[in-house]
Amino acid sequence: MRFPENLKYSKDHEWVLVENNIATVGITDFAQSELGDIVFVEIETEGEKLGQGDTFGTIEAVKTVSDLFMPVAGEIIEFNNSLEQNPEKVNDQPYEAGWMIKIKMEDENQMIELMTAEEYSNLVG
Amino acid sequence: MKNKQTALYKTHIELGAKMTAFAGFEMPLQYEGLVAEHQAVRNQVGMFDVSHMGEFVIRGAQAKDLVQWVTSNDVFALQDKQAQYSCLPNLQGGIIDDLIVYKWDETEYYLVVNASNIEKDWDWIKTQKEEKNFDCTMENISDQLGLIAVQGPKAIQLIQSVSSVDVEKIPFYYFDTGKIGSVDDVIISNTGYTGAGGFELYVWNKDLEKVWNLLLQEGEKYDIKPCGLGARDSLRLEMGFCLYGNDINDHTSPIEAKLGWITKFNHPFVNATYHKQLKEDKPSKKLTAFIMKERGIPRKGYSIIDNDGEQIGEVTSGIQSPVLNKGIGLAYVQTEHTKLGKELFVAIRNKRIPAEVVKLPFI
Repeated sequence: MRFPENLKYSKDHEWVLVENNIATVGITDFAQSELGDIVFVEIETEGEKLGQGDTFGTIEAVKTVSDLFMPVAGEIIEFNNSLEQNPEKVNDQPYEAGWMIKIKMEDENQMIELMTAEEYSNLVG
Repeated sequence: MKNKQTALYKTHIELGAKMTAFAGFEMPLQYEGLVAEHQAVRNQVGMFDVSHMGEFVIRGAQAKDLVQWVTSNDVFALQDKQAQYSCLPNLQGGIIDDLIVYKWDETEYYLVVNASNIEKDWDWIKTQKEEKNFDCTMENISDQLGLIAVQGPKAIQLIQSVSSVDVEKIPFYYFDTGKIGSVDDVIISNTGYTGAGGFELYVWNKDLEKVWNLLLQEGEKYDIKPCGLGARDSLRLEMGFCLYGNDINDHTSPIEAKLGWITKFNHPFVNATYHKQLKEDKPSKKLTAFIMKERGIPRKGYSIIDNDGEQIGEVTSGIQSPVLNKGIGLAYVQTEHTKLGKELFVAIRNKRIPAEVVKLPFI
């Protein structure tokens, strides 16, 4: 299982990559593997401002459904609409083509609360 | 309490299975992935370790009378080496368990029950045996006997290639015994719960790994895949087969669950009068199959609502069908809303997604 060093991780099994105050968010390799075959990703919060921990969408696998949570607060400025056609990207490339949303962050200090790759891998290991 | 392991536990770990706790056992949920395993069973062949299932042997002059009394189907109609799907009714109008009855001969029957209900079933049948003083013995061989389900259109060729028995001569829902590879005394049963055809092999635990590995090896030419409980559930649901604990339970009548075909009123059985009356009066709710007309996956516990937003039912099983690529489900729905083609709505989070009542099987 892969946990890239350059990413930060939430306890809700999301990863975050920050560039110029924009956080790109997806779910971790562990999360996609726990969910199994993903059937669709429903994100209808583009343009909304949400708090840390709020639900920004839902992910449906064949067997189960799970909410998606904001790892940091901010405005959702973009979502990966290629997942509408190819949700399996989340299984195949959770950290690359399977990214989900971009957040314009409210408070970069919230990044401190997230885990490093090592901390996260200990959590799920 | 620590979960039990089947005799194939180590094999599953070596195959890279993702394990899950189910009915007190550590069982494989999936290996390669649910959808790949599901498609393998529909298109070629897959094999499942279902050794968690329980097996009881009833022997004696009145074995058949005990089984006839505790089960809803008609055991007296069985021939030797024939199997029958059935259920154990309770005294409250519900179902203690669903099961398969295997008739060995007039004095010996095997009952194959759900892992989660082994103790409950055993206690109930024993109580009935003692209350009615049936002349027979009961033996619980669940911990000694393993079970491998080989399912899919290529299963028959695969089993034939490793068996001493002419398996093509075993009709649907009959069984025989013989060798699989060098392992003798295997019950080869033309049964399964996937709707894809195939066999179930009852093997003593000491031989289970040998049989599993032989099938995996010989199955390579048919692209066999080991399959987990995930695919087992999606396969059974595409056929509309009931899962105990979801679609049937201690409070549902077989008549409501559309299991009238295994509820035969030509003989007395536990609480038969109640179910007969229910059948005549027509039940107020029925287990109903529906397919989603728009994107959305029904899940157990979701509400079924009508045009006006009134709740008229509840989902008991639901999944995204790997074959149809649509959400499918079973729900108990008020009988007046269960006509084929009728539009219903499933409350999925904050939305109402339309669905249509359909016939089973889904595929």
